[in-house]
Amino acid sequence: MSDLQDTARRLLDEGTVQVVIGWEASRLGARPVFVTSTDDCDRLIFDTRCVHNLATFLNPRRVQVAALGKAAVVVKGCDAKAVAGLLREAQFERDAIVTIGVRCGGVVSEPSGLEPPELTSANVAARCPGCDVREPASVDFLVGEAQPEPPVTMSLNERIAELDALSPAERFAFWTGELSRCTQCYACRQACPLCYCERCIVEKSQPQWIETSPHPRGNFAWHLTRAQHLAGRCVGCGECERACPVGIPLGLINRKLQQVVHELYGYTVTDDPAVPAPIGAYATDDTQDFIK
Amino acid sequence: MTDLSTFEPRVTAFVCNWCTYTGADLAGTSRLHMASNVRIVRLPCTGRIDHLFIVKAFERGADGVIVSGCHPADCHYTAGNYHARRRFGVFRELLTFMGIDPQRLTFSWVSASEGGKWQDVVNETVDRVRRLGPFDSYHGLAGAATAADDPFAAIEATAASGDAPEHRGAS
Repeated sequence: MSDLQDTARRLLDEGTVQVVIGWEASRLGARPVFVTSTDDCDRLIFDTRCVHNLATFLNPRRVQVAALGKAAVVVKGCDAKAVAGLLREAQFERDAIVTIGVRCGGVVSEPSGLEPPELTSANVAARCPGCDVREPASVDFLVGEAQPEPPVTMSLNERIAELDALSPAERFAFWTGELSRCTQCYACRQACPLCYCERCIVEKSQPQWIETSPHPRGNFAWHLTRAQHLAGRCVGCGECERACPVGIPLGLINRKLQQVVHELYGYTVTDDPAVPAPIGAYATDDTQDFIK
Repeated sequence: MTDLSTFEPRVTAFVCNWCTYTGADLAGTSRLHMASNVRIVRLPCTGRIDHLFIVKAFERGADGVIVSGCHPADCHYTAGNYHARRRFGVFRELLTFMGIDPQRLTFSWVSASEGGKWQDVVNETVDRVRRLGPFDSYHGLAGAATAADDPFAAIEATAASGDAPEHRGAS
């Protein structure tokens, strides 16, 4: 991926940016790296192991990252959507960052190994099949070869259709089982590029809206809130689910809400920051079949 | 487990100050007969009604929830009900996906002059929730309910026994 390394080297050399946020190879497959010197640009990689959504580090409240100076960030399609989401919500100015887009053919669900694994329907991340931004449009630089389509696997949509076909009681039992494992560690929140609130509702204790005891009732309140606050904002990068230490299928909830905002309000999450998000906006003729 | 033969649903209604609360007040002053299972929480606007209000109502013992406010174009604050309509359109689908029967929820527009409509909304919701039965599956999520979880129980016990609440003033 010499294009990527050359672009990063040039940006650092010219002084356009002080840090390039990208991925480097590691024992665990790949990990985020903050390159501040042209000597280190050779460490930058992009391949099927680069799962992390680096837009998370652009949150201006991450002061250690902000202290490194103006950043260039390497983005896949899903990361570019997250950058657009942050711009849409005025978290920083467009010219405060430089984006280096990479053409992406999908990533693995769990990175590992010193060599990039070949993508198969068994190891591809659930979000990748059917991806609509394999070549991010609104980036400053676009690097890398055109990639083949990600392999097809049982998609999130099919799993959601299976759940939708169940009775409410059966779905409730399914989610009670999944959420009973939650310890409310909030790794899902920390990994999310769009969960950037200075003070999260779950940390407010007067009143305590969300019970922090990790019993299913508190966990329902937490996960309903996390999902509702991300409705129409979630870019579906799957980082919450990957960060979850107990394997709760958060990607299903996120994808379901993407379907809902699309069906109800015709909104598809995009890497174009000029398109307004559906929640916070309204139309006077919005659907109201559910209102008596 | 609640005894089904004596089950009386508890329904919490979150209503806006300007339309539905006034409409409910009209229903009362017009002496319209309706189910007495609904506890009203008055808020400035449907736009002020957070999804967590619904979650908290279910946590604390409600079997059903009503959310009601001004008709479209009637909002006292111009657009609060439009924002609420979008949020609750999504939240209703989210609850459904998570296995919470949407029949436990009623969303309605009731204006200040629609006392009769409020009567219908209340009676229909209470009948529907009565058929669904108590929401024990949600109430029991944290294990056995404690008195602190169930603020209604003490009030209902007092009402049933006919005793006045204990006087706690200085003796």
